[in-house]
Amino acid sequence: MGGARVSWALAGIVLVTLVTLVIGFYGLRVARTTSDLLVASRSVSPRWNAAAIGGEYLSAASFLGIAGLVLSYGLDVLWYPIGFAAGYLALLLFVAGPLRRSGAFTLPDFCELRLGSRKLRRLVTAFVVFIGWLYLLPQLQGAGLTLRTVTGAPYWAGVVLVAAVVTGSVALGGMRSITFVQAFQYWLKLTALAVPVVFLLLRWRSSGSGALVTPESPVGTEWLLGGGTPAQGLFGTYSLLIATFLGTMGLPHVLVRFYTNPDGRAARRTTLGVLGLVGVFYLFPTIYGLLGRIYTPGLATPDAVVLVLPGVVLGDGPLGQALGALVAAGAFAAFLSTSSGLLTSVAGVLSTDVLGRGSVRDFRWSAVIAGLVPAVLALSVDGVDVSRVVGLAFAVAAATFCPLLLLGIWWRGLTDAGAAAGMIAGGGAAAGAVVFTVFGDPGHGWLAVLVTQPAAWTVPMAFAVMVLVSLATRRRVPAAVGRMLLRLHAPESLV
Amino acid sequence: MNAVWAVAALAAAFAAGLVALLRLRQRRGIATQHQRATYEVLRTAGLAAEPLRAGLTEAAAAKSVRHLRRLIGASGLALLDTEQVLAWDGTGEHHAEQVLRATKAVLAAGDLPCDRLDCLIRGAVLVPLETDAGRVGTLVALADEPVAPGLVQAAIETGRWAATQLALAELDSSRDRLARAELRALRAQISPHFIYNALSAIASFVRTDPQRARELILEFAEFTRYSLRSHGEYTTLAEELRSIDRYLTIERARFGERLQVRLQIAPEVLPVSLPFLCLQPLVENAVRHGLSRKPGVGTVTIVARDAGAECHLSVDDDGVGMDPELLTEEESGDGQHVGLSNVDERLRAVFGEEYGLVVETGVGAGTRIMLRIPKFHPAVRS
Repeated sequence: MGGARVSWALAGIVLVTLVTLVIGFYGLRVARTTSDLLVASRSVSPRWNAAAIGGEYLSAASFLGIAGLVLSYGLDVLWYPIGFAAGYLALLLFVAGPLRRSGAFTLPDFCELRLGSRKLRRLVTAFVVFIGWLYLLPQLQGAGLTLRTVTGAPYWAGVVLVAAVVTGSVALGGMRSITFVQAFQYWLKLTALAVPVVFLLLRWRSSGSGALVTPESPVGTEWLLGGGTPAQGLFGTYSLLIATFLGTMGLPHVLVRFYTNPDGRAARRTTLGVLGLVGVFYLFPTIYGLLGRIYTPGLATPDAVVLVLPGVVLGDGPLGQALGALVAAGAFAAFLSTSSGLLTSVAGVLSTDVLGRGSVRDFRWSAVIAGLVPAVLALSVDGVDVSRVVGLAFAVAAATFCPLLLLGIWWRGLTDAGAAAGMIAGGGAAAGAVVFTVFGDPGHGWLAVLVTQPAAWTVPMAFAVMVLVSLATRRRVPAAVGRMLLRLHAPESLV
Repeated sequence: MNAVWAVAALAAAFAAGLVALLRLRQRRGIATQHQRATYEVLRTAGLAAEPLRAGLTEAAAAKSVRHLRRLIGASGLALLDTEQVLAWDGTGEHHAEQVLRATKAVLAAGDLPCDRLDCLIRGAVLVPLETDAGRVGTLVALADEPVAPGLVQAAIETGRWAATQLALAELDSSRDRLARAELRALRAQISPHFIYNALSAIASFVRTDPQRARELILEFAEFTRYSLRSHGEYTTLAEELRSIDRYLTIERARFGERLQVRLQIAPEVLPVSLPFLCLQPLVENAVRHGLSRKPGVGTVTIVARDAGAECHLSVDDDGVGMDPELLTEEESGDGQHVGLSNVDERLRAVFGEEYGLVVETGVGAGTRIMLRIPKFHPAVRS
């Protein structure tokens, strides 16, 4: 790896980090100072908000992990991007509008409002923190991987760098996941993937359109046709789909963004926008995976394929270097935006529900704690696929918050006891599976599939327990449930 | 991998130790049998009281009836309001109809005839739950042996205690009603000074610039429609800012270029719900007390910042300011700052004591008023 390329890439990474920090600290002051009240009271349009959600949502798993998975496993893992995008369909159909109308800012807020129980709120808080940390872990891992790939620095350097930058700026109030910053990050990520792809495809065409699978290539046609990878299996695929389709609605950093919408209708339109933006984005990692199959078939760390491909295909010329730097910068934008969004939500929940009453000082300490734990974890766990850990975070969200939200919004009969039992059963099983997958060795065979892809059995179990226990404790149904459901479902102007 | 397991084991051991320590601390204070019994009774009573403080509803009764039964030591316990059985714990639920009829006829200890062979119930104690509003419900303790005086005493005392909790619940709800009534009373108070000044300012334009006068009258009409509206106690920050815009349009007609406005609003906090008319009086205060007594140009700055789970608002003016001592005096007396203390009281009533106004001021140093609004509060909804 040439010294020039390293300096290009480093320059890109430093630039992205600085721009993000500067906009975070000073952007609002410059952009939003006005003397016109009508301009100042104009709310964020669904289009901007959708880009902001996209920016916060598209993480290291999307930017690096999917291409790596496609490279390693082929057709079967295309379900990952499909699931990641389709989750917004479930959010759009069942949750976005009612959740916004409820007025809740976080999931614990919604829970307290709907079921009126402080104890349940604490339980929800615990799961929010767990999911947030689980999701932060692969972001930091991805950062370590990226820095190692582009500069040759040790793995821990990237982890510590991103953890320190994000924790510091969130604690000091700079990266307060401002809508316009996050929207900017989405477009940056899209550009960082889309521009190099054009050049890569042109080079591929001009060099004679190499085939994906040739008779002498190490893997056979099952890479292209699917169904053959031992890691997945049909059960694993269904499980993954359930986790991603139903888990998106339980991601803490996505849900708080909906608060920015002025009403339920705008929340729906925002979700629709996110669906489109995220769908477009996922086209590109897939192309990287395919091109990686042609140019770098035996890569030692498949997750790095997006990063090395420009250099391998376009050579060490200025174009290859510039595009390599662009991709590295985009990857860092992914870590920074997702991590800061997650860290802000986790720290917010910690500061209001665990440490104290949500003062600024509490928030700072919470941010430090919220950043320290996943950093330590990321340093001790190396070598787990980035996308797989994210998949597990989705599985836990799907087994806890999805039943809580769906039943809470659409079923009168939900009780606090039922919600707690369902979340403990489903979430406990999913969390146990996660801990075993990350720290233990699941081995092979049926049991391993059940443990590494737990959603297909934990989600139905969570639903069943929630419904049955609610039916058994019917007397605990909140008295004002009718009024609450009216508030969730009727347009704001009627209520 | 071994190292990872060691770390996990260490963490587990640490957590277990922490739990053990906490349990130990909890137990240490309770040495004698007697103290432990007192602790148990008070704890059970506390658990039963928590739901009852929400009033005698089915959900509350279901949550507290188990603890009440433990307090009395009866084999079955029921809670009834004046119409129906709300919750039943323990044995004897097939006597529900009988008990319900009995509460309407007699309110005393008595026998319960039964033709079920497996029925263990031998008697019941019915205790009326009385608050200031009269009898609101009945507590029924069932016994599987002839009713003993001990059970009667325990049931009566527990019933009296439960009634106290219900009375407290009534007190809570009347306090809420009072707060709502206060809010309603406060709402009508758009400042009379402002109406007078606005109308005089508009009058000065009627001949010289009829078009402008018409526009101002329309703004004034919109402003009063918002300020005197009769529904909803809460509004969003975006709505409140729109109303402030109308207010400032009219004030500009009076002050002209002397009044400058600077705004810095984070769009993320525009949907925050806040008590209706709680920002406008602060702006009015800044204009009236900060600028109208000052020669030359004055600037009012309104800042809304996104601070995690809260929204931080501040209204600044670079006017004449005031002596802080005077502010506290005026607030308690007849005072010109009645608008400020109203806002302060309402914010405290709605969000809690720590959410009051913070005023920074000094003579000749301008005034800054700050307030915090939580993004979510269960009771607040615009």
